[in-house]
Amino acid sequence: MSFLTYLINGLSLGSIYAIIALGYTMVYGIAKMLNFAHGDFIMVGCYIIFSVSGAIGGGSTMGVILSVILSVVLCSLLGITTEFIAYRPLRGAASPLAVLITAIGVSYLLENVALLIFGADVKSFSSVITWQGLSFADGQLRIQGVTIVTIVVSLVILICLQLFINKTKQGQAMLAVAEDKGAATLMGINVNKTIMLTFAIGSALAAVAGALLCSAYPNLSPYVGAMPGIKAFVAAVLGGIGSIPGAMIGGLVLGIVEILSKTYISSQLSDAIVFGILVIVLIVKPTGILGKVIQEKV
Amino acid sequence: MEPILEVNDLSVYYGVIQALKGISFKVNKGEVVALIGANGAGKTTTLHTLSGLIKADTGLIKYKGEEITKIPGHKIVSMGMAQVPEGRRVFAEMTVFQNLKMGAYTRDNSAEFQETLEKIYTRFPRLKERSSQLAGTLSGGEQQMLAMGRALMSHPEIILMDEPSMGLSPIFVNEIFNIIEDVNKDGVTVLLVEQNAKKALSIANRAYVLETGSIVKEGNAADLLNDEAIKKAYLGE
Repeated sequence: MSFLTYLINGLSLGSIYAIIALGYTMVYGIAKMLNFAHGDFIMVGCYIIFSVSGAIGGGSTMGVILSVILSVVLCSLLGITTEFIAYRPLRGAASPLAVLITAIGVSYLLENVALLIFGADVKSFSSVITWQGLSFADGQLRIQGVTIVTIVVSLVILICLQLFINKTKQGQAMLAVAEDKGAATLMGINVNKTIMLTFAIGSALAAVAGALLCSAYPNLSPYVGAMPGIKAFVAAVLGGIGSIPGAMIGGLVLGIVEILSKTYISSQLSDAIVFGILVIVLIVKPTGILGKVIQEKV
Repeated sequence: MEPILEVNDLSVYYGVIQALKGISFKVNKGEVVALIGANGAGKTTTLHTLSGLIKADTGLIKYKGEEITKIPGHKIVSMGMAQVPEGRRVFAEMTVFQNLKMGAYTRDNSAEFQETLEKIYTRFPRLKERSSQLAGTLSGGEQQMLAMGRALMSHPEIILMDEPSMGLSPIFVNEIFNIIEDVNKDGVTVLLVEQNAKKALSIANRAYVLETGSIVKEGNAADLLNDEAIKKAYLGE
């Protein structure tokens, strides 16, 4: 029974990584850049929820919903603004490193602004999910509400994203931009607008991930997004960067491995094991689990 | 004849290198105009500037009497100017059908879409057979047909074709040129960029010869085919 509990906890943590990784992978796939500030969008989202629910006296369902919605909206705007100010001017720069370094700069900027506003002390985040969860087999197997909600939310997000990309005109335009910006322009697609939309969606997902992450692990600090951000990046690479189902699978694998190795092997070594798996996968299959091998026929 | 496209003193720089040195030409409605020249002469740069993928540094582009020099690339296609780019550039990870749908991105009428799609499937039966196949798995000739079909989906008045014969077997080259003639007969004006000067001149009404960013010769295609200097430089005779 306890194994099952750990597995479900791993699935839940993995779902959070997956939601973050979806944002990473979409931005990479479409804008062809690694947004290393992505993890810090999570942190911003958490502080927004923390402040809003603090201001309106939290606890009430309406307050929680309002704070999460506000967090999603503001994070989207933050993503769009960051892209417009910091990344767009560097698109087409001689070296792809320029935008990468800028992203790291944005990451430090966000962390330090949060440090200035909220201070370095760890804040206690009150969970946005008040449901206690379910209990099975006479209480031997207990699953927390936040765990269930996290898994369900990530599944819903995955399905919605797949539908959006495969069934809508905007989604198809994203795929076209991902493949060839020039050819997409020739079709009449506004590449800048498409990339902006991608950032908006990716950042909104970061806000959702933040709400779930801080509900499960309620310690809020300016660096709360840094490690999950890196783990999610690993998850995206593991699954095959640019691939949406890949990000989901990578995230779940990572979360389960992390929790199980923490439980059964060593809690100190768990990160080493997680990153070790990445190294092995990349040696065996450099494109990641679902990565595309680019096939060209002339 | 009224010009559908007029280019005046167009210059484009890549950094300090001047790719186009003030070229001027025009395309009349209903014509097939060929732009011939060697590698690096500026043919692709010309087409990319017309389509708004590259910004002109100086000069003027007029389309149907309206200046379009500063109009962003994604707005050009809905004005009726489509391009079949060099190297085809189909969306390899999308199906043939999805590629054609992308071609109609600026058209919002589903009845019109079905009708155009049928027309294109009739013109390119191979695309119909392979409609659910990924474009990246098509042969070069089929990809060229797809790229043309995709451009035609936008209902262009003028179509810019960049090296449609590149890398194709002689049979496909003939087929592609037949299709270009057919498309033109249907009333679409064609601006054709080609290294295969002989083929291009054989279907064109008029032609311009581009050399290192300047137009060095222009005239009726038939005259250019018999021009001694052109024969030597471009026709391998």
